[in-house]
Amino acid sequence: MKPLATILLDHGSGGRASQELIRNLFLPHLDNPVLACMEDSALVDTGAGRLAFTTDSYVVDPIFFPGGDIGRLAVNGTINDLAMRGARPICLSLALILEEGLPMEDLQRIILSVQAACRGADVPVVTGDTKVVPRGKGDKIFINTSGIGLVDGDVQISAMNARPGDAVILSGSMGDHGITILTQRAGLSLQGDLTSDTMALHRLVRKMLDEAPGAVHTLRDPTRGGVATSLNEIAEAARVSVELEEGDIPVKPEVGAACEILGMDPLYLANEGKLLALVDKDHAGRVLDIMRSLPEGADAAIIGRVTAGPAGRVVLKTIAGGARIAPSLTGEPLPRIC
Amino acid sequence: MCLAVPMRVLAVKGNENDISTPRIGIVEAQGIEKEVRLDLVDRWPAIGDYLIIHAGFAIHTLDAEEAEINLRLLREMAAGVAGVTEGDKGSP
Amino acid sequence: MKYVSEFRDKKFIVPLVAELRRIIDRPLRIMEVCGTHTMAIFRHGLRAILPEELELISGPGCPVCVTSAAHIDAFIDIAARDGVRVAIFGDLFRVPGASGSLARAQSMGARVEIVYSPMDALTLAEKYPGEEVVFLSVGFETTIPLVAATILEAERRELDNFTVFSAHKIMPPALAALLDDPELRLDGLLCPGHVSTIIGAAAYAPLAENYGLSCVVAGFEPVDILQAVILLAKQAREKRSVVENGYARAVSWQGNPRARKLMSDVFAPVDCQWRGLGVIPASGMAIRERYGCFDAEKRFAIRLTEAPEPKGCLCGQILKGKKNPADCPLFAGRCTPLAPVGPCMVSSEGTCAAYYRYARV
Ligand code: SF4
Repeated sequence: MKPLATILLDHGSGGRASQELIRNLFLPHLDNPVLACMEDSALVDTGAGRLAFTTDSYVVDPIFFPGGDIGRLAVNGTINDLAMRGARPICLSLALILEEGLPMEDLQRIILSVQAACRGADVPVVTGDTKVVPRGKGDKIFINTSGIGLVDGDVQISAMNARPGDAVILSGSMGDHGITILTQRAGLSLQGDLTSDTMALHRLVRKMLDEAPGAVHTLRDPTRGGVATSLNEIAEAARVSVELEEGDIPVKPEVGAACEILGMDPLYLANEGKLLALVDKDHAGRVLDIMRSLPEGADAAIIGRVTAGPAGRVVLKTIAGGARIAPSLTGEPLPRIC
Repeated sequence: MCLAVPMRVLAVKGNENDISTPRIGIVEAQGIEKEVRLDLVDRWPAIGDYLIIHAGFAIHTLDAEEAEINLRLLREMAAGVAGVTEGDKGSP
Repeated sequence: MKYVSEFRDKKFIVPLVAELRRIIDRPLRIMEVCGTHTMAIFRHGLRAILPEELELISGPGCPVCVTSAAHIDAFIDIAARDGVRVAIFGDLFRVPGASGSLARAQSMGARVEIVYSPMDALTLAEKYPGEEVVFLSVGFETTIPLVAATILEAERRELDNFTVFSAHKIMPPALAALLDDPELRLDGLLCPGHVSTIIGAAAYAPLAENYGLSCVVAGFEPVDILQAVILLAKQAREKRSVVENGYARAVSWQGNPRARKLMSDVFAPVDCQWRGLGVIPASGMAIRERYGCFDAEKRFAIRLTEAPEPKGCLCGQILKGKKNPADCPLFAGRCTPLAPVGPCMVSSEGTCAAYYRYARV
């Protein structure tokens, strides 16, 4: 691939373009064993225990959307990144980049939402920062949150731990967040009950790990790039294949319809309150029951399994009875009419 | 080359042969609603009809009778397969 | 979704595949003309269940893939001008011309809006009265009438900052040009469903007669595609070549005369360059004089400059169904959906992109 002269939106899509940026620029220059794991959060051995550390920036447009807002997203997203390593979230930082002219009222609304999300999750913001950029140099508000968590001694959750035979569980319907944001854009609006699924998942994870110790091998929240991209990353890290049953993957009817109308594939749409769990097959039923006992996992379903096929391959067995490869997202998903 | 989906008509505004006011339909699928233009639809739709929607325009009022004929043949074929093995059954 | 889910139902698909296997008695080469068919076949993984005797080749029916580099470059030229905001279908965003893509133009400051409907471009023109809003339009007969309706609506609203750049193309001349090629051996044509909604199944009668080719109009769900392929296989077996309509719920024999009238009121046929296929007489659609004030080519005094096809790219051959993406030395190496060399790799329904994403193992 020839070197790209400028950054494109695709580089932030969470798909192949983002991965290439990481592999070709960030990793070579910043390389170290912890970073090289490329997981949702880094695990740092402090000598006195393992610390999970993660950071994420939020640039969603619009900043308020059905089901949430940028503040709630920033809290839940970072908590989830910690939880995906099996960590107990301890605290968060909150850094705001504000555009000159942002109505104070909007900022207040966002901060109240941050407060509510933190209280609900029982994870406090313990440090923060604010910068203001001239009008036009930012877009209303950007938020960065970092988070610290602790990982219990016996917990081993990593993309690399997925094994042939594992069941693939999705904690609920896919694509809700991605389609909700997309249909807020002028020109793509659809009326209907589309709502972001933004939600903190650390309690769900806690219950899974506590009540079925050792059963869960891998956790990932399929945010940008969607379920397909996350599973490709896992399949690559663990040198395995994944087989999905299209008919078993929960998609809300309204999300499915919106996708048909706009020509989108829900496998590639972002989720902000869902997790993928790769679970020892003998305990899959039990883990599923545990997940379904909490509202966060009420619609959890087994959507496929890990196989010993070629490393990094994700195969979708379609409802039509066919089969095809489901590769990583390449760039920002766009609606199409063709 | 042309993605289009069937959606059900909830409401119709404007008149078939009057181009001075916008001819608009409200259509629905699985609770998702969309306002679409009826400028070029071939058969003026009634509420409850299905329209084939392409890029915000209805390009056709779906022929429900044809769809039902097709589905009936498909069902017969699917039912027939269990018992019958020979014979040219059911493809339209 | 009604009239969608039923036509994806495995309980119909399994017996249809069995039926197809039963009647197919020799290798069949069938061209799916339409890119949306190509996409549907991959998306539903149909290649995995179709009989081996059936060879499906993808035709020139992806509007983005056949848009010439000259057009793309002109699009970028307009998008880069001061005071201009362009509106496009998402499909066009990453398509490379000789001078980059609209995606890259946007990263350099061009204002590029992705819309669902051409009417949304009108809304943009009303929202930004101080700017020139240009709808960069590609598409076939399905799309052209709605762009015509949009132009009429712009006239009704007396919008003077809205124009359309028409790179539209129509299908029958291209199909005839394709079939004139003696090297192209085909047993049947899977005709594009939604184009046929407008032009009618009757439009293929000359092809069936003049070229002795079986033509079946097909819908886009797996059941539709299988039914149509079965009809083609039956024709081959019975040595008939006629037009049949396998998508009667959406396509009639005569098509949609109202839409065709709108189309010909606003647009007139012109010779047009197809990427990979060359210039095909009367295969493009230019805005008529009467609506010249909505013609972006006039407003911006655009002169199309012919750009050479990218070196090494086999898109032209692939669009004619003569070569497979795997035959191209650039495929999956220098040419990927992220850094496409040729147009077939860009559009999600382009043959190379479809092979790259779904078939490559
Ligand atoms: S792989 Fe790329 S270069 Fe080769 S034919 Fe396809 S689009 Fe052209």
